[in-house]
Amino acid sequence: MTTTQPAIESAEQANTLSTEHSSHGHDEHPDLRMFGLATFLVADGMTFAGFFAAYLTFRAVNPLPAGAIYELELLLPTINTAILIASSFTFHRASKELMKANMGACRAWLLTTALMGIAFLGGQMYEYFHLPFGLTDNLFASTFYALTGFHGLHVTLGALMILIVWAQAARPGYFTPEKHFGIAAVELYWHFVDVIWVVLFGLLYLL
Amino acid sequence: MTIALPPIKSPEAHSSLQPTSWLRYFSFSLDHKVIGLQYIVCGFLFYFVGGALAGVIRTELATPISDFVSRETYNQVLTLHGTIMIFLWIVPVVNGGFGNYLIPFYVGARDMAFPRLNAVAFWMIPPAGLLLISSYFIGGAAQSGWTAYPPLSITTPAMGQIIWIVSVLLLGGSSIFGGINFIATILKFRQPGLKLLQLPMYCWAMLGTSILVVLSTPVLAGTLILLSMDIVAHTGFFNPSQGGNVVVYQHLFWFYSHPAVYIMVLPAFGLVSEILPIHARKPLFGYVTMVYSILAIVVLGLVVWAHHMFTSGTPPWMRLFFTIATAFIAVPTGIKFFNWIATLWQGRIALNSAMLFSCAFILQFVFGGITGVALAQVPFDVHVHDTYFVVAHFHYIVYGGTVFVIFASIYHWYPKFTGHMANEHLGRLHLLLTVIGFNLCFGPQHWLGLNGMPRRVAEYDPQFTLMNQVSSVGALLMAISTIPFLINVIGSIWWGAKAGDNPWRALTPEWLTSSPPPVENWKGAAPLVHEPYGYGTELGVIDLKVATGSDLWRNPQ
Repeated sequence: MTTTQPAIESAEQANTLSTEHSSHGHDEHPDLRMFGLATFLVADGMTFAGFFAAYLTFRAVNPLPAGAIYELELLLPTINTAILIASSFTFHRASKELMKANMGACRAWLLTTALMGIAFLGGQMYEYFHLPFGLTDNLFASTFYALTGFHGLHVTLGALMILIVWAQAARPGYFTPEKHFGIAAVELYWHFVDVIWVVLFGLLYLL
Repeated sequence: MTIALPPIKSPEAHSSLQPTSWLRYFSFSLDHKVIGLQYIVCGFLFYFVGGALAGVIRTELATPISDFVSRETYNQVLTLHGTIMIFLWIVPVVNGGFGNYLIPFYVGARDMAFPRLNAVAFWMIPPAGLLLISSYFIGGAAQSGWTAYPPLSITTPAMGQIIWIVSVLLLGGSSIFGGINFIATILKFRQPGLKLLQLPMYCWAMLGTSILVVLSTPVLAGTLILLSMDIVAHTGFFNPSQGGNVVVYQHLFWFYSHPAVYIMVLPAFGLVSEILPIHARKPLFGYVTMVYSILAIVVLGLVVWAHHMFTSGTPPWMRLFFTIATAFIAVPTGIKFFNWIATLWQGRIALNSAMLFSCAFILQFVFGGITGVALAQVPFDVHVHDTYFVVAHFHYIVYGGTVFVIFASIYHWYPKFTGHMANEHLGRLHLLLTVIGFNLCFGPQHWLGLNGMPRRVAEYDPQFTLMNQVSSVGALLMAISTIPFLINVIGSIWWGAKAGDNPWRALTPEWLTSSPPPVENWKGAAPLVHEPYGYGTELGVIDLKVATGSDLWRNPQ
């Protein structure tokens, strides 16, 4: 794609770049990437809302077969929840250090956050292997795996993105107190994933 | 994909970099005008595929027995027809197509807020469409209709259904990316000094549509993921034999698919609101009420989905709520229709193709709206549910409503797209054939449905033969009607008279530049149009480039 481009196309790319960056009327526009991300997270939240609505309706309407239970072991998921909530605060610390241009501490807190996310995923894998039901056993089991799995996918992506900004932050001047879209975006996403987990934990484990 | 090119600063390099070749329409272009036309042309190609499938359906139904295609093929054809027409033709064209072309002009911007996301959103569509069509050739397409209701979608061959799901997920993703882009562009990318209540009505329509897209499309995506798990991993979410619940699927599906009707129709409302004032030389009547009725349709549109499910064992309170909510939608919609009629009232109407198609839209959409209010009533709905009455109603909404507006918009903006005028005679021939064909095709289907002919069947009772044959003749006329249209839009690129910058003497910002517009939309500063509908002044005294509409309207010298 990039090597064999016809002249006209690369010319146009260059042109679009220049309309974006040169004095062509675009300078007065604000940076909308965070706005776009927030809108996307609303959409993502609606996906979860659909899942939650389905789960609650299943629970209200469809009786489980004899012997199946809604009760789940609570100790490990509670520890997991604590880890994930705490990781939102460690990410917040990373942002604080970034605003002080303290990149070493910022990176340390980012790495801590990513490791806590990975610990959460590890805890969830452990839980999966020790649950008394499988994916297709009953409606509750299917919903449980679908919801926690879809959320786990979000955590996995989030942890990967934190590791990416952690690596990028090693380059001097890549993120500055004024210019740090990557970190701000991943932080917003991480808080979103955290909030979704709190709702999910309440509905799946506590209800 | 992003290439690190050094920023080019010199002005002469800049002017030489204007894309001129037709090749840019096949490239990953970031120019919103190129992407808009990519959407429109790509949508038309899929429209022809969907239209050919409709031809197969009507040919099959010309006789009571299943003699043209097998029943399984018929099911695949009707599934592909519905999916292609909705997800690959109407939604991309009225949203992505005209939205991308017009919205940056209307907000006074050089491009959309996220040009790369925009190009990505478009380029998800052709692969998704080709994937969907290819499923017919590799093991058979999905057979469960565009609604993919389980348990039917779980029990029909899995291959086609899974390809259908993947394709719809891609198209849904494209739609969400587009919606995010429109919301950001309209709310945050406006020219300084341009207030929300000064925007052309199409901006409001696209804002409302995009809110619906962002809120409801993800629910469909999640639902289809659960459905695919039922098919592939044999979970039982929607499978009653495993304790699942099919009605939950219907609720989640219609939570998207009812708003989807507004996703298809609200942009058409917006486009028609642009076309009518220009060709009637009058300001749009009741601008503020138009805005609030769009917002009311958005809010109400999100809470009426279960009126598709009155025969799905819905409890009485749910029937009552959804009947009332649905009937309420007629109020804001009615406000819009009276406003359009009041816009035409005592105007100096130019009966060109764009105006004629818009007027046909008003007539036919009102008819579809009236049958819609009827269908919202439970006692009536339970009798005609899943009959051809619903088919007729739906096609009066999406074809009589949206597709007529798409044609009106093509004729209206054709001079801007190409720099040439479209041929009026061919346009009127197109209108005549389409109106006669459309009403001949779908009018009799009301009768068929009221008399009990079920939809989605390859065979029917012989008593329905005559009306089905009338309907098939209408479908044939509709197919023929695309011939003058094609000759017109392709031929006029060479034969059409030079349009000039502003052949309609319009005031909205896309006309205040050359035709076709330059890459940066306007040479020099973007015009700030405070009143886009200030028509009604004497001709010849207007300097459109400097005056605002409001000055002209109130103080015509």
